[in-house]
Amino acid sequence: MELRKSYFADQRKDDLHEIGQPRPRSDSPSHVTGKTAYFADRNFPGMLHLKMVRSPHHHARIRSIDTSEAEKHPGVVKVLTAKDVPHNVYTILILIQIGPEDETVLADSKVRWKGEAVVAMLAETERAAQEAAAKVKVDYEVLPAVFDMEEALKPGAPLVNEYHGQNHYLYDSGECRKVRFGDVDAGFAGADHILEQTYQSSPIEHAPTETTGCIVAPEGNDRFTCYTNTQAMFFTLDNASIILQMPGSKLHFVGGTVGGGFGGKVDVIVEPIAILGAKLTGRPVSFIYSREEEMQISSPRAAEKVVIKDGVMKDGRIVARKVTGYTDAGAYSRHSPYGAQKGAGHYPGPYTIPNVWIDTYCVYTNRTPSSAMRGFGVTIGDFALEVQMDKLARLIGMDPLEFRFINAYRDGDMKAHRQPTEGAALIECMQEASRAANWPVAEKYLSMSSYAKGA
Amino acid sequence: MAIRRGRGVAAINYPTGMNLGGDPTQALVHSTPTGNFMVTLSSVDLGQGMKQIMAQICAETIGVPTDRVVVDTADTDTGPHCMGTFASRGTHRAGNAVIQAAREARQVMLEVAAEELEVNTSDLETDGQGNILVKGAPQRSISIFDVALSAHFKRGRSISGRGMFLIPRSYPEKETGAMKPSTCYAHACTVAEVEVDDETGEVTVLTVKNVFEIGRALNPKMVEQQLVGGSWMGISHALYEATEPYYPNRDHGGTDFNQYLMPGPGDLAQTEIIVLERPSADGPYGAKGPGEMCANPQIPAVANAVFDAVGVRIDTLPITPERILRALKAQASN
Repeated sequence: MELRKSYFADQRKDDLHEIGQPRPRSDSPSHVTGKTAYFADRNFPGMLHLKMVRSPHHHARIRSIDTSEAEKHPGVVKVLTAKDVPHNVYTILILIQIGPEDETVLADSKVRWKGEAVVAMLAETERAAQEAAAKVKVDYEVLPAVFDMEEALKPGAPLVNEYHGQNHYLYDSGECRKVRFGDVDAGFAGADHILEQTYQSSPIEHAPTETTGCIVAPEGNDRFTCYTNTQAMFFTLDNASIILQMPGSKLHFVGGTVGGGFGGKVDVIVEPIAILGAKLTGRPVSFIYSREEEMQISSPRAAEKVVIKDGVMKDGRIVARKVTGYTDAGAYSRHSPYGAQKGAGHYPGPYTIPNVWIDTYCVYTNRTPSSAMRGFGVTIGDFALEVQMDKLARLIGMDPLEFRFINAYRDGDMKAHRQPTEGAALIECMQEASRAANWPVAEKYLSMSSYAKGA
Repeated sequence: MAIRRGRGVAAINYPTGMNLGGDPTQALVHSTPTGNFMVTLSSVDLGQGMKQIMAQICAETIGVPTDRVVVDTADTDTGPHCMGTFASRGTHRAGNAVIQAAREARQVMLEVAAEELEVNTSDLETDGQGNILVKGAPQRSISIFDVALSAHFKRGRSISGRGMFLIPRSYPEKETGAMKPSTCYAHACTVAEVEVDDETGEVTVLTVKNVFEIGRALNPKMVEQQLVGGSWMGISHALYEATEPYYPNRDHGGTDFNQYLMPGPGDLAQTEIIVLERPSADGPYGAKGPGEMCANPQIPAVANAVFDAVGVRIDTLPITPERILRALKAQASN
């Protein structure tokens, strides 16, 4: 790695002692010698193991649940179903008044994705819990499922989630989050070329080294300590408090070094049910995802579809950009309504475009609920935007890097969501990339600056 | 049939932090009788090194070496509130809270030192080595250890401070979408060079040159570890990863690392990282959040390089050999 101090030197004072120094990490020696303790390194006498009975169907009504055989299985201590969960229908962003509550901790009358938790099995060993889970009999009435966002948005599509009433999130702005800036139709009318393209992505996995999990220990004073690898301690505690209808003062959350998060550990899935298990049995409870659960049950990055329509001039100026983004939330909201909204605030990318129209939708389908992941709401948008930029440059016969200089935002430029640009540095990054990659651009681009004109 | 070479570029920006419900993090700092300082938080270290960075920020602000600071975090009984470690917010939000707490603690520390040295607080400075000196008369000094002892056992003072950083909630305007979705923005430009085998559809990323602008690099070595890892993750996202490879079909999902593919050691691109520093106006010592954005620009850069190599556009992620071969076949039949 090289630090190129020549850029923005006028904005830095190099008068610091500790900041800017490549100090060795104090936790590195224990990481590389295997001495770092993770939550799962704890073992408590009498600890129970929790395993879930999961839906084999993408969409089904639950007629009945028979746990009688499972309860007789050797080692089984407690079997939990929806009726055991005090506030079973929840949504995590209710903490900041983003509703409606749309997801069940344990499925009650319906399952909406293959893998959804239906019954929680608590047993003396992981094996006993797993074997007992296989003995639970759930009578399902299979319902038509919808997997494709376009299909889901059509009239007459199977309704994924009754708590929403339609297969998309309803924002205060309507069916999508909107950004309107300038007059996009006038921009297209005056453009030399128009290019409309569609980009798509598949869900991907966070793939942390350490899978999601927690261990809960009853403290004997009516309090519960939850050792967890959540990325957000109080956010998880507060949601557990709502789901369990238990005052937050009864809950003590302890984290520590986490073996990778990447956004996959902000969903509040394992903690509430493990705390409930500890409360109802009076024993410590461990609930840790297998690698299979981490990959197919825990939220992935959402699949997205992005349609970009641009109006561009022969001289390289983009004069209008219309973006329609679709985020596949799967069966439940989790963080996805926010992700789609974050996309609306990110388009049209780091470029100054006078006419912009953005609609972003959060769509429900019968698949594993997606949620936050590194680059949430932005990563797939950037893929779409930057491939589109390459296509536009080639369309007008311009070098792709030079084309970006022409449109790059600078300090003071008004963004589509009506915030003035501050602290821009796109131009300088491209100048340095031009040098580093030996990708020549015209001298006028190398003398550009992100600072406001005349500054 | 041939191995074809191409290169592509992408440029991006990325917002630091989330605004949806307001974005607070708090911190407490106090000294012990050893002259060490404790930073207490409830933020989570995900392995990226947050504790180390908070220690350096506290040390810089108080004026002591980093190894005099201990960070205690991720405990809801002892630590003040933090929204969590996500949205590239950890360093920026918690760092600002730590600075505020450390400033208050430093002020008490200087007041105690001033009493011991019988001077005004404004006459004092720290040497960064664990001592407090009288400006212009460095022979008149006191160690921070002695100041801590004095505070605890003689002066009855608590060398401590409270820090709070809150970005207030921004509600998007319904019709126009006017909003303040974040604070400062980081930037990047990546150039990727690939080889595509037009017989097998396989893509080899030869080189990836990443320029990142991240505000102040608070610890360059830790910045490097995050940016190199992010660059790898971006390439993996571009070419390999999918929990549902035939999305929207739900079948064929990987359940372990034999089925869920990622680039291994033999697939690593030659990776270059160049860092520019434009200090942010609102970040701790000018830092921005580089955590998420460093994995983004490689994806379109690789996609554009594949087009440059073989002349087909793969507009659906991941860019698998199957998709490339199907596109080449379609191109040949046109």
